[in-house]
Amino acid sequence: MANARTVAILGSTSAIARAVAVAFGRQGYSVILAARDPEENETVAADVRARCGVEAHPMPLEAEDFESHAEFVKKCLDLAGDSLEGVVLCFGYMENQATAQSDFRVARRIVDVNYTATISLLERFAGYFEQRKSGFIAGVSSVAGDRGRQSNYIYGSSKAGMTTYLDGLRNRLYHAGVHVTTIKPGFVDTKMTFGLPGLFLVASPEKAGQDILRAIRKRRNVAYVPWFWRYIMFIFQHVPEFIFKRTKT
Amino acid sequence: MVGLGSYAVQQLSGWGRFPVEECHVFRPEKRRLIAPLLAARQEQNYIARGLGRSYGDASVNGGNGVIDYSRLNRMISFDAATGVLECEAGVSLAEILEAFVPRGFFLPVLPGTKFVTVGGAIANDIHGKNHHRDGTFSQFLDSFELLTAAGDVLTCSPESNPDVFWATAGGIGLTGLILTARIRLQRVESAYMAVDYFRAHNIDEALAAMVESDERYQYSVAWVDCLARGASLGRSVLMRGNHAVRSAVRGNDPYRVKPKFRKTVPFDLPGIALNPLTIRAFNEFYYRMHPTAHGKVVDYDSYFCPLDSIDHWNRMYGKRGFGQYQVTFPVSATSGLTQLLERISGSSCASFLAVLKRLGPAGPGLLSYPTDGYTITFDIPMRRDLVPLLRELDKRVLEQGGRLYCAKDATALPETFAEMYPRLDEFRAIKARLDPDNVFSSSMTRRLGIVNGDTRKRG
Repeated sequence: MANARTVAILGSTSAIARAVAVAFGRQGYSVILAARDPEENETVAADVRARCGVEAHPMPLEAEDFESHAEFVKKCLDLAGDSLEGVVLCFGYMENQATAQSDFRVARRIVDVNYTATISLLERFAGYFEQRKSGFIAGVSSVAGDRGRQSNYIYGSSKAGMTTYLDGLRNRLYHAGVHVTTIKPGFVDTKMTFGLPGLFLVASPEKAGQDILRAIRKRRNVAYVPWFWRYIMFIFQHVPEFIFKRTKT
Repeated sequence: MVGLGSYAVQQLSGWGRFPVEECHVFRPEKRRLIAPLLAARQEQNYIARGLGRSYGDASVNGGNGVIDYSRLNRMISFDAATGVLECEAGVSLAEILEAFVPRGFFLPVLPGTKFVTVGGAIANDIHGKNHHRDGTFSQFLDSFELLTAAGDVLTCSPESNPDVFWATAGGIGLTGLILTARIRLQRVESAYMAVDYFRAHNIDEALAAMVESDERYQYSVAWVDCLARGASLGRSVLMRGNHAVRSAVRGNDPYRVKPKFRKTVPFDLPGIALNPLTIRAFNEFYYRMHPTAHGKVVDYDSYFCPLDSIDHWNRMYGKRGFGQYQVTFPVSATSGLTQLLERISGSSCASFLAVLKRLGPAGPGLLSYPTDGYTITFDIPMRRDLVPLLRELDKRVLEQGGRLYCAKDATALPETFAEMYPRLDEFRAIKARLDPDNVFSSSMTRRLGIVNGDTRKRG
C-alpha cells in the first residue's frame, strides 16, 4: 500500500462517491473507502478492484459519531502513510423540508452530518496535509447552499455552512501548498432524487464523478457539476431579496 | 429522500420507441434490496429492465412494475488466470470492454451494440458476428444466480439446475431476476480487428461468398442494400475478420484505441427526413465507400458497434419510432430470403442498410433465437400499415420455417410466435413450476401469450 498514490473517499457507498472512486481508480490511485454500511462498502471495494485493477480498502466510518473520527483518521494514515494524496468528502444527508421543520431531531441530523461532521473530519486531515505540504481536499457541497429557499433551507443552510468552511480551509491550506476544492452538484440522478417531480437537467453520477476528478486535477476552487449550474445559481443568487422572499420556489 | 418502496412513473418503450407504456419503475440501489422489494409485492407483476436496447416491449410492463437495473452494476471479481469475470447483472458490455480490453481480454459474444446489460444479454441469449463459429452468450457463462418468485436464489449452470439455466437463456426475464453472472472472457492480442471487405453485386454472390469462406473468419457479417432491385437485388458489403495479432498493430500499446468523437442526434428528425430518396442515396454512398479489400486493421468498436458512436441514433426515425424486423431463414430457404428482399425493396417502406449473417446450429436455450441458416435485420420507419406489413412478412417467414427475435419484435401475434418456437411448451412447464403466480411478466409476455396463451392485459 505504501507506494501507490492513495485517495480517501468518505461516504463511499453513495452513487457519486462510487463514481469518484472509479474515476480515481482508473488513474491508478489506490482507494480508501469509508462508509457506514460494511457490506455495501465491501461491494464498492470489490467493484473498484475488479474494474480498475487497483487496491481498495474498505473502512467503517460513522459521520455522526464525532468521537470516533480521531481514531478513523489515524487508521487512514497508518494504512497509507505518506502516500495519502487526497481526501474527497462525499457523504451527505437530506430529508424533506416539511419533516425537518416539524421534527427537530431530523433537522439536527441534517446539520450534524452535512456540516459538523465535515469540520470534525477535515480539521483532522488538515493537520496531516499541512505537514505534508502537498495534496488535496475536496468536499461535495451543493447548489442548495447558494441561497436559502423555503422548500429546502435546512439542508441548504447546512450545505452553506459547509461551503463557507471549505472556503476558509482553502485559505488556510493555500499557504501549505495544499489545494481545497468545493464541489457543488446541481441535480444528480441518485436515490435522493429518483422519481421526484420538478427536476430538470439531471446529471448522471458517473458524469459527476468524472467532473469531480477533473476539477480536483485542475485545482479548481469551486466547481459546479455540471458546469452550467454556475450560471443558473448566479442568476438565482442575484434576484433581489424583496422579490425572492415572495416566491414559492 | 425516497424510500425502499417508492417508484417513479415513467413512460417506457424499447429502442424502436413503439409501443410506449406507463410503468411503475423501481430502481434498487443495492443487490440485497431486490429480494425485499420483490417480497413486498406492491405490484401485481414485475419485469427487469437493463439499458432498454430491446426494440419492442420485452422490458416494458404497462401499468405494472419494472425493476431498473442501472444501479445494480458492480463488478465482483476477476480472475486473470481463467478470464472469468463475476459481476452483477446490470453491468453493461460497454463497461466490461472498457475495463478489460486494456488488460488483454474481450467479450466472447458481442452484439451490434455494447450498450446492453449482462442480464439482457442472458435474457435474450444474444448472438454476435461470430455465431457461426462460437454460438450464443449463454454458452460462455460458467453460471448465474437467479432470484425466483418464491424468494430463493438459485445458482444455475449447464450442470446445476440446467433446466432453469436453459429456460432463462433467451427467456426474456420470465423465470426470475438474474442477480449475478460469471462470464468467461477471452484473451486477445490487441484491441483491433483484421478485416477483409468483399463487395458482392447481389444477394446470390453474397450468399455464395458466405458459404464458401465464412469458416476462415471468426467474425462475419454483410451489410445489405435492401433498396437495390433487379440484378442488384441484395447487393452487399461483406465485412469479415479476426482479432488482429500483436504484430499487425502499430504503436506501443496494442490495446490502446483512440477515443472516438461522439456524435449525437439531439432531437427527433421530422418524418420526411428519412424517405426512399435520402435512404437510397445513403445506401449508394455506403456501398461505394467499401470496395473489396484485404487485411484492413480496424479498432474493435468501429467493427462491432458502428452505430454506438451516435447517441440516440433512433431519433433519426422521428418521434413515431420504427420497427426493427429480424428473422431467421433456414439454409434451404434462401429463395424465401430473396423474396423477402424483393418485398421490402418493392414496397414503399424505406429501410436503411440491412444486416445479413450466417448462423450456426441452435443452442440448448429453449427460446433462444438463432437456428442454423441466415438471419436478416431491417429497420422500417413507423407508418400506418407497418403492423399489417410485418404480420404479412411473419406469415411468409413462418412458411419458410424461420422465426423472429424477441429482442426486436413489437408486433407479432401469439399463434405466430408459438409456431416459430417449438420448445415453447417445455418453457411453459418450467415457468409454471418456478413462477406459478406469474410474478414475472411483461407487455411482450402478454402480447405473445407466452404463459399458456394468456393474453389478458394484466397478469
